[in-house]
Amino acid sequence: MGGKIVSMMRIPLKSGSRFVDKFFKIGAAMAATYVLAIILLIVVNLISGSAPVWQKEGLGFLTGSNWNSEEGRESYGAAPYILGTFVTAGIAMAIGVPISIGIAMFLSELAPKIMRTPLSLIIELLAAVPSVIYGLWGLFVFRLYLKDWVETPLHNMFGDNSVIFAGAPFGLDIFTASVVLAIMIIPTISTISREIMLAVPNSQREAAYMLGATKWEVFRLAVIPYSKSGLIGAAILGLGRAVGETMAVTMLIGNSTGAAAFPTSLFQPGQTMSSIMANEFAEASQAGLHMSALIGIGLILFVVAFGINIVAHLLVARVIKSHEGAVQA
Amino acid sequence: MRKKIILGMTLMLILIIPTTSLNVMAQSALSLNAAGATFPFPLIDKWRVEYNKIHPGVTLNYQSIGSGAGIKLHTTKAVDFAASDAPLQTSEASAAPGTLHIPETIGAVTITYNIPGIAKGLKLTGPVIANIFSGNVTHWNDKMISTLNPDLTLPNQQIVVAHRSDGSGTTFVFTSYLSKVSPDWQTKVGKGKSVPWPLGVGAQGNAGVAGIVKSTSYSIGYVELAYVMQNNMTYAFVQNADGTAFVEPTLDTIAADAASAATNLPSADGDWSKISIVNEPGNNSYPISSFTYLLVYKDLSQVNGMTQDKAKAIVDFLNWAIHDGQQFSSSLLYVPLPDAVVKLDEQGISQIQYNSGSVPEFGTIAALVLAIAIISIIAVSAKTGLRLIPKY
Repeated sequence: MGGKIVSMMRIPLKSGSRFVDKFFKIGAAMAATYVLAIILLIVVNLISGSAPVWQKEGLGFLTGSNWNSEEGRESYGAAPYILGTFVTAGIAMAIGVPISIGIAMFLSELAPKIMRTPLSLIIELLAAVPSVIYGLWGLFVFRLYLKDWVETPLHNMFGDNSVIFAGAPFGLDIFTASVVLAIMIIPTISTISREIMLAVPNSQREAAYMLGATKWEVFRLAVIPYSKSGLIGAAILGLGRAVGETMAVTMLIGNSTGAAAFPTSLFQPGQTMSSIMANEFAEASQAGLHMSALIGIGLILFVVAFGINIVAHLLVARVIKSHEGAVQA
Repeated sequence: MRKKIILGMTLMLILIIPTTSLNVMAQSALSLNAAGATFPFPLIDKWRVEYNKIHPGVTLNYQSIGSGAGIKLHTTKAVDFAASDAPLQTSEASAAPGTLHIPETIGAVTITYNIPGIAKGLKLTGPVIANIFSGNVTHWNDKMISTLNPDLTLPNQQIVVAHRSDGSGTTFVFTSYLSKVSPDWQTKVGKGKSVPWPLGVGAQGNAGVAGIVKSTSYSIGYVELAYVMQNNMTYAFVQNADGTAFVEPTLDTIAADAASAATNLPSADGDWSKISIVNEPGNNSYPISSFTYLLVYKDLSQVNGMTQDKAKAIVDFLNWAIHDGQQFSSSLLYVPLPDAVVKLDEQGISQIQYNSGSVPEFGTIAALVLAIAIISIIAVSAKTGLRLIPKY
């Protein structure tokens, strides 16, 4: 059958078509090389740009906390910003992931058919809102709510004695930045999680129902085992966004520098790797080490983000593989 | 083969004609490229409009991308002149030898605060401000503040400190002042466009700091004068260098500070890295004032794309800016230059020269590159038999 169709479709061969073929091959190869070339260029530039600061500070650049760009007193340590990035992203994940999985669960398993499409559309729209909008909304609106309704009560309840709620709540701090980050990563994670849950073959669900499972049991026994690594992958993609987010965090985190930026209390101003770059890059002096230090932070951020994305893709690839296996079985 | 040569020639013509004609156009209408500080942008933009009215052939293109980026472009000789809120540091100056500093206007930093019930005019001294911003004075009713303001009842509330998070000339001026009046600040924090703040909340831009101060009771921050005036914010009176009075920041008091500084300034091609006009003597001098500078090379011929005509236009524009241009300052809340500084600028501008070097015009280089490219395309295609139009 297949052979017959091919024999009917005679492709008219012109002289010169082998050149077209050659062009196509070269063109496609060039397009593919472009990606590698760009990544290579970024890495080379980041390394060569940050070389002076690594030479001067050595590994102290990763562990130090003194950040002073004044001529004659230059000293750079990125530890508070690296920690700040992980703390804000971590809190955002702790808030965002359960909510996202809940949304995905509702949309893929529980929601009435009429609601599914509009709800998913709205969530996908949220993912397309630019981060500066989240930042401005956080700065002018959400920060004040958080301060009055969450931070002040927590502070009054636990007071300065508890470490993580110490400091007078002000609204521009690690906590606010983390909550807004959580809001920003929820659309990303929930959309991917929903797709992954929908990819679980219905035969699994039907089998579980047949054994008398309740909705929760179906989810726990049939859906979760199939989608587990995919859900982790989705969460890590969200983490990637949280780690690299710049604009909204810069507007909300309070931007302290140096040792003051160590994330000790939730209600203290902090700083992340991306926000210090956004803050200081434009006025950084190229003659000293300031520019080099900022590029060095860029290199650290690049390595972190790259690592996160590789892990996520490996996990997502695993779930797709197991899913294919399920269909064939 | 002949067809290919004709094709190549046509392509070459098509590509060369626009580049050469652009080049001709560029010569008939001069455009001066400048970049740098955001602080003087409203004034320089006004100059752009007004100067173009008098000299329709000259257009100024000023990009307000920040002092640091402006200095970067100046060092690589990519702009005709740059603007910076801070003078070149020693290392920056050695990277751009032969740079003239032309102070083009004067700005000031005001201490703005938000204490419900207290209008403008809280009295502060330099050391007290330094103590507030380094966390030694934490409450508004601290003795250090209340002894300066015996007629005010200050609340027992914690002071919320706001500062700039982005690197900024405003921060440079403010921390220069604190370093000058407080040895403690000088050793612990120092001065710079971004400094290691001991405490406080950082916000982006004048608008960010002003936003925090406006929306938060019992807060204090520093914002440039024009921003405070335009937004009717409350600001403090700061004690003058002589310790004789608390001075309100106005155009006159800032000009007084600059005028008393003018006698100690170096010539335009001297070392400006240590120059600051904060805390100058005089009963009526508002102490937190600063020049903002235009940076231009003494020998303009080393700047990319420079021509004799362009160099003349730059000198003419600079001369116009420090004389006639100053009349637009006050309405935009900039301080006009005192006469002594204008004299200094005149001397600086008179040093600018153009030693006509042999910098090839862009058009020639472009034509050469294009010609070589096209000839090699013809050669390669003739060799491999590649065709633009397939042969049937």
